[in-house]
Amino acid sequence: MISDKILQGAEYLIRDVPSGDVFTPEDFTEEQRALGETTEQFLRNEVLPHVEKLENHDFILLVKLLRRFGELGLLMIDAPEEYGGLELDKTTSLVAAEKASLYGGFSTAYAAHSGIGTLPLIYYGTKEQKEKYLGKIITGEWLAAYCLTEPDSGSDALGARTSATLTPDGKYYLLNGTKQFITNGSFADLYTVFAKVDREHFTAFLVERTFPGVKPGAEEKKLGIRGSSTTQVILEDARVPAENVLGEIGKGHKIAFNVLNVGRLKLGACVVGGGKCALAEGVRYANLRKQFGVTIGTFGAIREKIADMVAALFASESVAYRVGGMVDARLATVPKGIPDYYEAYQHGIEEYSIECAVAKVFCSDVLALVADEVVQIFGGYGYTQEYPAERFYRDERINRIFEGTNEINRMLIPGTLLRRALKGELPLQEEVMAAVGRLSAARGEPSSAPFGAEKALLRNLKDAFLVLAGAAVQRFGAKVRDEQETLIALADVAIGVFSLESAVLRAEKIAASGNAGQAGLAEAAAGVFAFQAAEGAVTAARRAAFYIGEGPTLQMLLSGIRRAGRYDASGLLDAKRKLAAATLEKERYPIG
Amino acid sequence: MKILVAIKPVPNPDEKVKIKGDGSGIVLDNIKMVVNPFCEIAVEEALRIKEKQGGEVVVMMVGPKVGEQQVRTALAMGADRAVLVEAGTDLDSLAVAKVLAKVVESEKPDMVLMGKQAVDDDNNQVGQILAAVLGWPQATFASKVEFLADNRKANVTREVDGGLETIEVTLPAVVTTDLRLNEPRYASLPGIMKAKKKEVKVLELSSLGVDTAPRVKVLGYAPPKQRAGGGRVASVQELVEKLKNEAKVL
Repeated sequence: MISDKILQGAEYLIRDVPSGDVFTPEDFTEEQRALGETTEQFLRNEVLPHVEKLENHDFILLVKLLRRFGELGLLMIDAPEEYGGLELDKTTSLVAAEKASLYGGFSTAYAAHSGIGTLPLIYYGTKEQKEKYLGKIITGEWLAAYCLTEPDSGSDALGARTSATLTPDGKYYLLNGTKQFITNGSFADLYTVFAKVDREHFTAFLVERTFPGVKPGAEEKKLGIRGSSTTQVILEDARVPAENVLGEIGKGHKIAFNVLNVGRLKLGACVVGGGKCALAEGVRYANLRKQFGVTIGTFGAIREKIADMVAALFASESVAYRVGGMVDARLATVPKGIPDYYEAYQHGIEEYSIECAVAKVFCSDVLALVADEVVQIFGGYGYTQEYPAERFYRDERINRIFEGTNEINRMLIPGTLLRRALKGELPLQEEVMAAVGRLSAARGEPSSAPFGAEKALLRNLKDAFLVLAGAAVQRFGAKVRDEQETLIALADVAIGVFSLESAVLRAEKIAASGNAGQAGLAEAAAGVFAFQAAEGAVTAARRAAFYIGEGPTLQMLLSGIRRAGRYDASGLLDAKRKLAAATLEKERYPIG
Repeated sequence: MKILVAIKPVPNPDEKVKIKGDGSGIVLDNIKMVVNPFCEIAVEEALRIKEKQGGEVVVMMVGPKVGEQQVRTALAMGADRAVLVEAGTDLDSLAVAKVLAKVVESEKPDMVLMGKQAVDDDNNQVGQILAAVLGWPQATFASKVEFLADNRKANVTREVDGGLETIEVTLPAVVTTDLRLNEPRYASLPGIMKAKKKEVKVLELSSLGVDTAPRVKVLGYAPPKQRAGGGRVASVQELVEKLKNEAKVL
C-alpha cells in the first residue's frame, strides 16, 4: 500500500493537497544543485560559443559534445549501477535536462539519446542486451535514437507499417519500412526500432546502424532545433539478429508509450530551461535598448510582459518538478532487486501518465508564450537572425509537436481519467455528485489567510471540472472518448487546476521557509499566475459547458462555472511590477 | 606529493551584485556563490600533479559554514578531503593567511597551491603573506609548474608584465596560480556523488588560537560612478579646453 502522502495519479483533481506534500525546486539536494551547475557551466562554456556551427549542422561537433557530456556522467543518470550507471532519481535527470536546454539543438539531441534512446534498453533489455550495449551508450561511445514515427503514422503510432519477418533459420528478423523524423538519425549507432512481426505484433528491436540494410536518410530542413540531426531511417531487409528483440514480441506498445511518459515529463523540464534562457536574453535587451531617451525596461508595457513570463515560468517550473517528485516518491517505494523490478517501476511511472501529459502540454505552452514575448521585446531586431530571439522562437515550436502532440496529450488527460474511473480506480462518480452539491450551494467568503483566495479558487475549479466531466459522461456515455473538442476543453481545465495548484503550493512552501526575499517574489508570481490561470480555466470550462450542455443543464453548468471562477485579484498590478523590477535587476529569472 | 589547496567562495561573477544601502558591504542574499575561478585553477593543477605522480590533494577554506558547498565542488572535481575553518567573512588577508598557516602546519604538505587573488575583493595578498608567515619560498602568478630533483624543487613560470619569468623554488613552497596555468575540469556527476562521502573536517576558528584582529578596516563600499550623459562641443578649441580644465586629462 502506498503511503497516504503520495497522491495517486489524477487524484489532485478530487483532493486538497497540503503544500508540504509537493516537491519543489527548493527541495533539490546539494548534489542535484551541483549537477545543475556543472551542466549549465558546460553549456555556457562549451556549447553556446559554437551555436552558429551547430545551427549549420556541424554534427561532428555535436557528437563530440555529447561524448563530453558522457564523460561528465550526464548520460548515465538512469542506468543501473551494475552496468556502470548511477541509477539516480528522475529529479536528477530533470535538472540535467533543464540546464542542457540553454540551446535547443543540443538539448534535443541529449534528450533523444539519454531519454527515449536509452530508457527502453534499461527498462526492457535482457542482461545480455544491456551488457552488450548499455556500457557504450552511457559513456557516449555510442549514441542512440528512438524510431517510432513513420511517414504515414505519427500520432497513430500503432498504425506503423514497418514489418519484421523471421528468416527461415530463425536467426534474424528482416525489417522493412521507413522511420520518419528520427532525432540523432544521421549519427546514432543504435536505433530502437518499432516494427510489426508478421505485420501484426508490434515489437521493439535494437538495431545497429551498421547492420546490413540499415541506412539513415537525408537531413531534414527544419524550422528550428537546427543544431540537432533529424533524418529518416530506412530499413530494407535490415538483418536484425533475433536476440535483438527488445522486450516481448507483440508488447512493443508498452515500451513505446511508457517511455513517452518519462519523455513528456523531461520535455517539461527542458522547456523550463529554454524559457529561462529566453527570458534572460529579453530582459538584458530591455535593460540596454533605449527609446524616447530611456531603456525600454522602464516601460510598463514591457514590464508587464516580463512579469507575465516570470509568473508563467514559475508555474511551469513548479509543475515539472512537482510531477518529477511524485514519480520519484512512487518509484522509491519499489524495492530494488525484486525480479520484476522494472515492471513495477513502469507501473509507478504510468500511474502519473496524466500528470506527465499535463507537464508536457502546459510547460511547452508556457515556452511558446515566452519565446513570442521575447521576440516582441526585441522588436524589429527580434525578427532578425542577429539576435537569439529569432532562434528561440523557431526552436520553441517543435515542443508542442513531438513527444505526442499537445492535442494528443490533452485528450489523454480526461481520457485516462475516465478510463480509470470506469475501472474503479478513482471514485469519480461519488466525487462528481459531491461536487455538484458543493458548486450549487451558497459559499462563504474565501479565508483571508495567505493564499486563501487562491485555494478557494482551486477547490472551486476542481469542482467545476468534476461537474463538467460528470455532465460529459452523462451526455455522451462511453462515446465521450470521441468528443475531442470536449475532451480538450476538459483537459484545459484540468491543466489550469494542476498548474495553479503547483504554483500556489510552492509559493506557500517558500513562504514557510522564511526566505523573505524569495517568498515575496514567489507570492507575487503565484498571484499573477492565478489570475491568468483562473481566466483560462473559466474560458475552457465555459467552452466545455456549451459543448456538453443544453437548456437547464447548460444554465446550471454556466452558473456553477461563474461562481467557481470568482477570484479577487486585488494587488495584481503591484505584483506584476514587483516581479518585473526584480527580474530587470537580476537580468534573469529571479526565483531560486 | 601532498598538496594543500586553499579556496575561497565568491559571488558568481555572472551575477549582478548590489551594494548595501549603508555601504557596509555587498548584498549576498540569494546570490549564487562559486569557487573563485583562480582557486579552481589551483585545484585543477593539484589534481593534475596527483594524477601524474600520486599523492593527496587536500582542500582548505577559511570562512562561513555555507562555503562547504564550494568545498564540495572542489571535492567533486577530485580532491581527496577538506579542512574548513569556520569563520566570518570579515577576516582581513593577514588573518586568513595566519589561519591557513595553522592548517598548513598540521597538514605538512609538500606544496600549497592557491589562486593568485579572489575575484570578489581582488586583494592579491593571502598567498604572499602565507609564504611569509610560514617562512616558505613563494612563486606567484604561475602559468607553468614543473618539478625537479625528486620533488625537492620546482620550476615555476610566472606571468609578469611584458613576458614570462621562470624561477626555481625549493619545496615546500606557496604557489599562486594565474589564468593560463590550465583549464579546470568540470565536476562530473559521479564526482559529485562521491564528494558527498568525502571527509570535510570542520574546525572552530577559536580552537586554532590565532590573533585575527583586523589590521585593515574597510571604510565603505561604493558602486562605480554612473556614466553621465555626453555633451556636444562646437569646436576643437572647446574640446581641448574641456579636456584640459574639466576632464583634466591634458
